[in-house]
Amino acid sequence: MSSPDTEPKSLYQKREPIFPRRVSGAFRNLKWWLMAFTLGVYYITPWIRWDRGPSLPDQAVLIDMANRRFFFFMIEIWPHEFYFVAGLLIMAGLGLFLFTSAAGRVWCGYACPQTVWTDLFILVERWVEGDRNARLRLHRSKWNGEKIRKTAVKWSAWLLIAVATGGAWVFYFTDAPTLAVNLVSGQAHPVAYITILVLTATTFFFGGFFREQICIYACPWPRIQAAMIDEDTLTINYRHWRGEPRGKLQKGEVVADQGDCIDCMACVNVCPMGIDIRDGQQMACITCGLCIDACNDVMDRIGKPRDLIGYMALTDEVAEIAGKEPKSVWKHVFRARTIMYTTLWSAVGIGLVVALFMRSDIDVNVTPVRNPTFVTLSDGAIRNTYDVRLLNKLGQDEVFHLSLTADAPMRISLEGTQELSVTVKANEQKTQRVYIVAEPGSAAATADRTDLRLWIEQNGSTNRVYHDTIFNGKGK
Amino acid sequence: MSKHPKNQAGPGPRSKTHQEGDPNTTGHSWDGIEEFDNPMPRWWLWTFYVCIAWALIYSIAYPAWPMISRATPGLLGASTRADVAAEIQEFSDRNGPIRAKLEAAELTEIASDPELADFANNAGAAVFRTWCAQCHGSGAAGVQASGYPNLLDDDWIWGGDIEAIHTTITHGIRNTTDEDARISDMPRFGVDELLEKPQIDEVVQHVLAISGQEHDAAMATAGAVVFEENCAACHGEAGEGNRDLGAPNLSDAIWLYGGDVAALTHTVVYSRAGAMPNWNTRLSEADIRAVATYVHGLGGGE
Repeated sequence: MSSPDTEPKSLYQKREPIFPRRVSGAFRNLKWWLMAFTLGVYYITPWIRWDRGPSLPDQAVLIDMANRRFFFFMIEIWPHEFYFVAGLLIMAGLGLFLFTSAAGRVWCGYACPQTVWTDLFILVERWVEGDRNARLRLHRSKWNGEKIRKTAVKWSAWLLIAVATGGAWVFYFTDAPTLAVNLVSGQAHPVAYITILVLTATTFFFGGFFREQICIYACPWPRIQAAMIDEDTLTINYRHWRGEPRGKLQKGEVVADQGDCIDCMACVNVCPMGIDIRDGQQMACITCGLCIDACNDVMDRIGKPRDLIGYMALTDEVAEIAGKEPKSVWKHVFRARTIMYTTLWSAVGIGLVVALFMRSDIDVNVTPVRNPTFVTLSDGAIRNTYDVRLLNKLGQDEVFHLSLTADAPMRISLEGTQELSVTVKANEQKTQRVYIVAEPGSAAATADRTDLRLWIEQNGSTNRVYHDTIFNGKGK
Repeated sequence: MSKHPKNQAGPGPRSKTHQEGDPNTTGHSWDGIEEFDNPMPRWWLWTFYVCIAWALIYSIAYPAWPMISRATPGLLGASTRADVAAEIQEFSDRNGPIRAKLEAAELTEIASDPELADFANNAGAAVFRTWCAQCHGSGAAGVQASGYPNLLDDDWIWGGDIEAIHTTITHGIRNTTDEDARISDMPRFGVDELLEKPQIDEVVQHVLAISGQEHDAAMATAGAVVFEENCAACHGEAGEGNRDLGAPNLSDAIWLYGGDVAALTHTVVYSRAGAMPNWNTRLSEADIRAVATYVHGLGGGE
């Protein structure tokens, strides 16, 4: 500030590289476990097998785009049941609202893929190049043999992780063991290779180079979260009323008006976002908790109470400054807003589960042909035509028998066959044209419309479904 | 981000709540909301340059700049029209074997081969929508009482088995472009004074009677004689029609031009002669067989 800019300020600024220091503590441990868990789920899931019989895939989780099926363990979803996916997305959304209003950006700090993979990439970086000071030194040094070697090793390791990430993704969309063999032998579909290539590139650049800039510049979620965090939301903050005025710790000296913060920069040095939490809650903070671990470590060593930096809500700040007890964590988590989110979330979840168990293994859709609404036959009988779509969600070919019930007598017949039964292949659907005829002058022929119910029975089983539709007569 | 060391406030505008280390603001205030004038990240600028470079390369490689009659073609020769043509070609090549099979098959055997029937029905539906729907309607219900036959019912003037339908589509009806077109020619009993007015009224009553409609019994009895002498040769003694001659069945519930007194009188006085083009010069044999299969499967096929 001493010398105000005399030259015009640049409109652009370079990224300041961040070299987070290693830290240990409760939050760091939690993050290690979460990283192992989320990466484990991501990499292992496509390899879980699930026996569904001979004509269905045996992959537990499979998004089968080509055949338009989604398999999830015992659940199989057809395209017309996509509302299950919509319901799950709504639940995911409500879940994020719930967690954000209770504990701020926990998603960002612990579970977001960008955070998890960046964490993994920083871990690799530390293994290869050493901790913060060594990395800073290496960053500032000229390009020499050591720098080239270490950079090459680091990038290769990143690239391996990136390829594995892109590679795991494609396994969700087709049989994993078959695809793995095809990928290695060069026989897989180009789309698989292109997908792996794109995801490898994005993982490599987002995890290795873009890192915190994704959160700051690219991701919309941090902006949305601002609307969900309120004064009772738990978030990470610095107890400035305890820490300030900050000052260096002088050996053997006790400075009377000094706060607990010894300005050691530990919280800044460990931050993967490169911010200073002592400036207060800010846009770039993903609330990963590493500054809490770093500060607690320092407080323990200088014999001061822990939690100079810690999880607290804005109301706690006011209370603590006034010398009152802060609200307990449970009171922050269980309040009207979070209970409402939980209720909504559960309602959608229960609805989906109920819908899931009410599904039938066979299904029928009936489309009356309206062009024309009816046909007069040569003997004066009235015929209506229906396109009946039969869905066989069972694992083997099934024969379905069609019949109808109605108040007025009518005849049913099928196009292309004398029978009243249709064979539908396993896990497929079939559209069958069905004719219903009312005799000349009969009630149904002379009425404007007659209600009727089409029954579909599975041969040799009690499975049956119906569909209500109408018969158009000639009218009076 | 406000604490970026290179980005502390200069002589420009400052926030009303300016603190040390804060950057300048843009100088605007919207209802008290101010905006820091932070610089953009450098990589953003580079992304912008890359986009410009990409746009230049793209506009050279692909059709881009509008000229007077057309756009610049681009060095790669990309053309979406050519892509579509290639795609159509690819699919017709792929359909080649099954089209050949359709042309070689016995007409009556098509329906019993599920793969062939499926192809014929789908291809036939497309042919029908393109070439036939103008007269027969998109649902093949024709225009009832106006001379465009309904293809869904079980009444056929020239026959409703697959071979008869195939012949009708191939050669058409009463056209002048195909020697083998189906021809039937009903006399104009009124205009050409073959029948007197009372005779026409009587025969109309007779036709009402044989088709089970309300009629004047005395006139119908008289009309039976007129029918016997003038109509039965083609339409049959009971008015059951004759498919070899293309004479419609007059005793059923289906009327190509209407079955009431006015329509029937008009038919007897002026005759009727609808025409259908022969499709053998416009459609391939495979297409004709496909559309014949489709029409045969609409509910009235015999």
